[in-house]
Amino acid sequence: MYPAAFDYHAPGTIKEALDLLGKHKDDAKLLAGGHSLIPMMKLRLAQPKHLIDLRKVPGLSGIKQDGNMLAIGAMTTHWEVESSSVVKSKLAVLSEVAALIGDPAVRNRGTVGGSIAHADPAADYPAAMIALGAEMVCEGAKGRRTVKVDDWFKGLMATAVGEDEILVEVRVPVLPASTGAAYMKFPHPASRFAVVGVAAAVTLDGKGACSKASIGVTGAGTKAVRAKGVEAGCTGKKLDAAAIEAAAQKAADGVDVQADLQGSVEYKSHLCRVFAKRALTEAVKRAGG
Amino acid sequence: MATVAAERLFGKSIKRREDPRFITGRGQYVDDLKIPGMTYAAFVRSPHAHAKIRKIDTAAATRHPGVVAVFTGKDMTGVNSLPCGWDLRKEKKIPGVIQDLAIVPHMPLTSDAARHVGDPVAIVIADSHEAAVDAAEKVQVDWEPLAAVTITEKAAASGAPKLHEGAPGNVAFKWEIGDRAATDAAFKTAGAVTVKKRIVNQRLVANAMEPRACVARYDDATGELTLWVTSQNPHVHRLLMCAFVLGIPEHKVRVIAPDVGGGFGSKIFLYNEEVVCSWASRKLKRPVRWTASRSEAYLTDAHGRDHVTDAEIALARDGKILGLRVKTTANLGAYLSTFAPAVPTFLYGTLLNGVYAIPAIHCEVTGVFSNTTAVDAYRGAGRPEACYVVERIVEAGARAAGMDVADLRKKNFIPKFSGAFQTQVAVVYDSGDYGAAWDRMLQMLDYRKFRAEQEAARKQGRLLGIGFSAYIEACSIAPSKLVGALGAGAGLYESGKVRVHPTGMVTVFTGSHSHGQGHETTFAQIVADKLGIPIEQVDIVHGDTGSVAFGMGTYGSRSASVGGTAILMSLNKVIEKGKKIAAHLLEAAPKDIDFLGGQFQVKGAPGKAVPFGVVSLTAYVPHNYPEGLEPGLEETSFYDPSNFCFPFGAHACIVEVDRDTGNVRILRYLAVDDVGNVINPMIVDGMVHGGIAQGVGQALCEGAVYDGQSGQLVTGSMMDYALPKADMLPMYETDRTVTPTPVNPMGVKGAGETGTIAATPAVVNAVVDALAPLGVDHIEEMPMTAQRVWKIIQGAKAR
Ligand SMILES: Cc1cc2nc3c(=O)[nH]c(=O)nc-3n(C[C@H](O)[C@H](O)[C@H](O)COP(=O)(O)OP(=O)(O)OC[C@H]3O[C@@H](n4cnc5c(N)ncnc54)[C@H](O)[C@@H]3O)c2cc1C
Repeated sequence: MYPAAFDYHAPGTIKEALDLLGKHKDDAKLLAGGHSLIPMMKLRLAQPKHLIDLRKVPGLSGIKQDGNMLAIGAMTTHWEVESSSVVKSKLAVLSEVAALIGDPAVRNRGTVGGSIAHADPAADYPAAMIALGAEMVCEGAKGRRTVKVDDWFKGLMATAVGEDEILVEVRVPVLPASTGAAYMKFPHPASRFAVVGVAAAVTLDGKGACSKASIGVTGAGTKAVRAKGVEAGCTGKKLDAAAIEAAAQKAADGVDVQADLQGSVEYKSHLCRVFAKRALTEAVKRAGG
Repeated sequence: MATVAAERLFGKSIKRREDPRFITGRGQYVDDLKIPGMTYAAFVRSPHAHAKIRKIDTAAATRHPGVVAVFTGKDMTGVNSLPCGWDLRKEKKIPGVIQDLAIVPHMPLTSDAARHVGDPVAIVIADSHEAAVDAAEKVQVDWEPLAAVTITEKAAASGAPKLHEGAPGNVAFKWEIGDRAATDAAFKTAGAVTVKKRIVNQRLVANAMEPRACVARYDDATGELTLWVTSQNPHVHRLLMCAFVLGIPEHKVRVIAPDVGGGFGSKIFLYNEEVVCSWASRKLKRPVRWTASRSEAYLTDAHGRDHVTDAEIALARDGKILGLRVKTTANLGAYLSTFAPAVPTFLYGTLLNGVYAIPAIHCEVTGVFSNTTAVDAYRGAGRPEACYVVERIVEAGARAAGMDVADLRKKNFIPKFSGAFQTQVAVVYDSGDYGAAWDRMLQMLDYRKFRAEQEAARKQGRLLGIGFSAYIEACSIAPSKLVGALGAGAGLYESGKVRVHPTGMVTVFTGSHSHGQGHETTFAQIVADKLGIPIEQVDIVHGDTGSVAFGMGTYGSRSASVGGTAILMSLNKVIEKGKKIAAHLLEAAPKDIDFLGGQFQVKGAPGKAVPFGVVSLTAYVPHNYPEGLEPGLEETSFYDPSNFCFPFGAHACIVEVDRDTGNVRILRYLAVDDVGNVINPMIVDGMVHGGIAQGVGQALCEGAVYDGQSGQLVTGSMMDYALPKADMLPMYETDRTVTPTPVNPMGVKGAGETGTIAATPAVVNAVVDALAPLGVDHIEEMPMTAQRVWKIIQGAKAR
């Protein structure tokens, strides 16, 4: 269907964009790749009166290394993340996550910032951002602030970004030494969003035991969460198959699992455990374990 | 001037001539049409599954800027119900009918109550699509929501909410076929192994790539109405609309179905929207256009399948099938769609004999109404449901009898025959060699080797399974007399006109309609071969009642066998007339003329010949011409087949089930099909490939799901309704056997639906086989989503 009528703005600077946002407030929506927003508008589930397109705002896209961080501009497309040589060499798992999003058309339009700001409960990046310990840089009239990923996802499609702010950058630490990371996803048969997706980053100590495990779970609940129980179950252990199996049992703890056509609470909780196990197994392997 | 073609094209995989137009975006679809003065329609639809309409207030919508008119059902005085073209009423003395068909009204815009989500109640017409859509949101309907029933087994249960006054208990009809007494006796045979299973064939959505659309233009000066509509059969649309619904003169109506982006059955039927737009165009004297959104397509395109069946099979100790008993409830949705009653009866019950020698069969079908979108023919239509029942219950029978599923099938095949095999369920098969296709498939598969691999895999805990399906289907629908006796409101012949232009170029007008089938290629192959001219000199025209004599359209794999034969008959007439002209020019008798390689020549005297182009020119410039012969070279034929054709084949599927998630992955898929002679192997392969994908889709992921409480369609978008994707499918291994039909002169049977029919049971049987080590011997429901399979695994573990 056609969306309801709206005004379109294409600001040329971040300041202009922020001014428009300040002026139209609730009536306005930022437009990035449009691959979540436009479908909602076409179904008239969203009816913003003003669209503020970020595409002409300079400096919002691109990937660069900044010390031990990769700085990814909010407007960087999934395809750019997927194909970036710096991502592939420093943080291959993120490129793998991007490659699992939708299809090529979606990946060529959709953006990292759009995905993280939209916080679809079944989106892929959120699990990875949690596991990798990302931070989000938001800019408002008063300047920039940085939000840690653990403070970012607030609820169903709700994040820490202020109504008068723009997410401008996502900063992701490159993998430390002796660390492996992996993302495993059970795709929705129709949309290919994650029914359940688990990202795991595991650091091994000199003796091959896990010194740090960081696990994000997406898809099953209303928002992506950190699987603290699994992390605790891994830390200090030598992660053989049995230890992984045991730790993964806690993967659905703290997830407000939602039943739908794709799965009952029981099934989705089970999938959280299965994919935690698979992500951990691969992460440990990649860490050299 | 016509030149002579070099080689025979029948049987050649020449590339589709229509494709360059489609793949470069130059197809002309209904929505591409631009007409001055166009108005745009939006429909106001029920958000409720079942609700009384207390009042409709259109004032605010009418005031919306750009709105031309708003109409409700009350405005459409003198307009009748949409017709049901298959009449199962008792007084028609139709075999098998044990309860009258309840012919319930289906008004183009309902004004008493809405009976499914999406039921249209008003049309808003505006100068722009946007204005129409915006204004439609301003139409105020005062609804009184009623309890709804969507679930097939519950629709006719006592206390279920009643949909129609004229259909007590929500029963549309009861019908039976076969021999009840003989079947009962077969099940009492001493020592027989009997198995009874519930087999559910879930509801599907056709999902044609192009959504339905129409443009209606009434010309006040001439009194003519032109309707462009996404139709598989424009003449049928015209007839039904003129004669039954609007009561307008048929000769003043022209229906055009231009390029149509897929149908799968869903574009056979006469729908509310084109009727309302046609009516409104006459009223407003302006063109009215409507194109469905994808959401509307999900809610209003006729759905398919939706059967719940209890099937029983009786086997002798040696594995011979003794009898088959089938009881089916078919959900017809809220209204009777155009051919709805035929699908779960004559297109279903008559195929239950399968490829097996079954001595006794009895089948009972109850058609029920529910608060869901109407159900009608969907690729295969009735035959996939029949094949699914037969192939699943045969499988269950083999397992119960402890026999190999392949051996048991082979043991029961009808032996090779040609001409006639009388089934237990009315129809007579035309020709078949079921064992040959089966053996070829087993050979490609290397069955014994697979079983050994499976054994080894099972020892490692892997769940590997194989599933078979030996199918039969009824194509080239159909002998008019026969279907008339069974309740059809129409004849099912086809017309084909061959117009030879003076220069020898040819235009063919066919009543078949291509919406993906490739007629512009295959029909041209037939013509080029027969007349010995290059294919470039042949054009195929279809889809326009203004230029095509008459047509029953395309469905039921009938185009090559029925439409193609009509063209062939006209070609023969052209040649016969050409012989008279040539004989005159060559000073010989017509009986002494042969037509060979594009030349008319005197028998035994190859030197004495005239080319086709000279004869065609002479027909139009008849200076030196046979006495009494009419000028011109144009012939029309109507072909009414003497029987259906019955393609068959053997499919096999190997799957692996992920124990942890329940996910099913197809490792191999084999298909050996027998569709009779093949005009264009590449196009037939395409049909088989696409059909298998659709069949796999039903087995693994597709399904229209209604919320049991609210009656909302939960799978109403492509984000929710899972169509099969390329990465779910392996590279198919295909082959063919060729058993020509004696029914038509080309020996072609039909290839449009075979894959869809065969694939679904093959895949499900494979999953059952994969889970067999866990004690699973049957799966009741589809699609086999990961969750469903996982639950079955959990259930089996718990036992
Ligand atoms: C067919 C299809 C399949 C898909 N499959 C997947 C999948 O498998 N996995 C997956 O993760 N996603 C999937 N998606 C979603 C896709 O990744 C989207 O691109 C993404 O969720 C949103 O990014 P966008 O750039 O398109 O944002 P938009 O749609 O433009 O915006 C989304 C929301 O975020 C807000 N927003 C955007 N940018 C900013 C910003 N910089 N600051 C603050 N707010 C902002 C917007 O105002 C809007 O509310 C799919 C989408 C489609 C259409």
